[in-house]
Amino acid sequence: MTQPAVSAKRKPASPWKPPKPPKKLNNANAVLSLNGKWGYLFIAPFFFMFLLFGLAPIIYSIYIAFFNWDPLGTQDFIGLENFQLLMEDPDFWLAMSNTFEIWLLSTIPMLLMSIGLATILHRQYLKGSTFWRTILLVPNITSVLAVAIVFGQLFGRDFGMINIVIGSLGFPHIDFIEDSFASHVAIATMIVWRWAGYNALIFLAAMLAIPGELYESASLDGASKFKQFIYVTLPGLRNTITFVLIVGTIGGLQVFAEPLFLGSSFSGGDAGQFKTLTLYLFDRAFVGGQWGYAAAIGIMITVVVIFVSIINFFLTKRISSDSK
Amino acid sequence: MTTIMTPNKKPRWHKVGVGSYIVLVLFTLLSIFPFYWMFIVASNGTEAVSKVPPTLLPGGRFFTVISHVYEAAPTFNQSLLNTIYVGTIVAVAQVFFSAIAGFAFAKLNFKGQRYLVLFVIGTMMLPSQLGIIPLFMLIGQMGLLNQLGALIIPALVTAFGVFWMRQIIDAQIPNELLEAASIDGAGVFRAFWGIVVPIIAQSSFVLGLFSFLATWNDYLWPLLVLQDPNNLTAQVAVNQLKSSYAIDYALNMGGAFLSTAPLLILFILVGRRLVRGVMDGAVKG
Repeated sequence: MTQPAVSAKRKPASPWKPPKPPKKLNNANAVLSLNGKWGYLFIAPFFFMFLLFGLAPIIYSIYIAFFNWDPLGTQDFIGLENFQLLMEDPDFWLAMSNTFEIWLLSTIPMLLMSIGLATILHRQYLKGSTFWRTILLVPNITSVLAVAIVFGQLFGRDFGMINIVIGSLGFPHIDFIEDSFASHVAIATMIVWRWAGYNALIFLAAMLAIPGELYESASLDGASKFKQFIYVTLPGLRNTITFVLIVGTIGGLQVFAEPLFLGSSFSGGDAGQFKTLTLYLFDRAFVGGQWGYAAAIGIMITVVVIFVSIINFFLTKRISSDSK
Repeated sequence: MTTIMTPNKKPRWHKVGVGSYIVLVLFTLLSIFPFYWMFIVASNGTEAVSKVPPTLLPGGRFFTVISHVYEAAPTFNQSLLNTIYVGTIVAVAQVFFSAIAGFAFAKLNFKGQRYLVLFVIGTMMLPSQLGIIPLFMLIGQMGLLNQLGALIIPALVTAFGVFWMRQIIDAQIPNELLEAASIDGAGVFRAFWGIVVPIIAQSSFVLGLFSFLATWNDYLWPLLVLQDPNNLTAQVAVNQLKSSYAIDYALNMGGAFLSTAPLLILFILVGRRLVRGVMDGAVKG
């Protein structure tokens, strides 16, 4: 008859129960006193709209890619034929190399310029810093169309301001539309113009988050401004550089608006000299009426974007762990 | 070179050299020049751009050129109003849906949450143009072609907005505040409306502005779904000015100017907040 006594000892009948073993939380930062079940209601509108208008079209376009899909005619299942044709399509590979060239021509100068601008804006005693920061964002808010109209004229062969300057320096005019490389430079210029200031603000925010003591102790050790930049600033920007590169790659590999306006058509120039991957997708979809083929191009773009993002990620990880 | 410092003397690199200001002024000029050039060409007429050296001062033909724009695109004002209408609805909807979902992801504990967050982040990697053909079919089947709803309905939510709001709410709302409210008897809704909303109002405004700007500047999708010339957005209307055989630069730039001026005015009013928004949302480290 001792058992009830023991259990009574173990379980005192008071409101002070021993705490339950902590439940595994789905969100470690959650406020537990609020009823989490309502969370489903709060996220429902997003998921409903996103699944219907975001994800469902993407999945359906994977389905379409296996068809010879003529929007006005028949839809025949052809398996992987679209992808096979794509692999042998010189226009696809031209678009691929154009896209990568434009991406390289824009990403590297953009990265250097924005880090440089951020370094200047980071100076503690800079006058009018709010003004400079605000001005840097101006190019980013304008439409690509308006920018392309202006740059298209500035890059004009005969009367464009840029060629007038080139000519007055004694060099022959450059045809920024017919010449393949020059057209890529023109497109890259529009991209850099739009994004250099924006990314400078991103880098500036990251620089401001670097603890000031690091600079103080570096300068006490007699490190020059340049050395402080290399050993304090750059390591502090590691994740930000990765982020800007990945976002820039996702955007850069999908570039289409600038080449579309430069040539005023989906063909990307008379010889496709500035045809990009996404431009080619639209060309096949809305000019060629080959929806299956266009969907296959879209899937290839996705594969390339994900592949390059992964390479970017590991490369910057690797470089930063080497410099550590 | 060694510098000997005394505590009351600022280190010499704290002074900002003239070179830095020259670089900043140069970038300022480069940032503003395209807008200035838009106005120069629009106020001088096309002949001004085919002169060597080109005119760099405003001319007196601005209103003539603008009236040409309205002749070529009689519904331009309607297009501007349409754009404001669509942009406002999209901005308000994105802020609202992102805020409630962001709140749930940041502060509520429910089953499967972690995977749902990963799902949202994962979808941000997908190229936005991938689903454009089926979306076009879907909008057509819903009978929305040539209607502004075709621009509004697919844009009501974005994964980016939800992710951004989750970060903002996580960073700006201390848990103690919500705990205290629930001790006082507030439920999830009152906690959200009474505590979260007032604190995130500033950041919500920035997200709304970015949605508005993105909608204003969106071009390809409106071009595909709006073909009725009486019912366009500003960007599509500007593009229609280009259709003539010989490029009329003054006309094009006049249209570009009209479609950009509202944004510039908006930017003068709220540019500083946008700057702060960009910097708040930056990945640091």
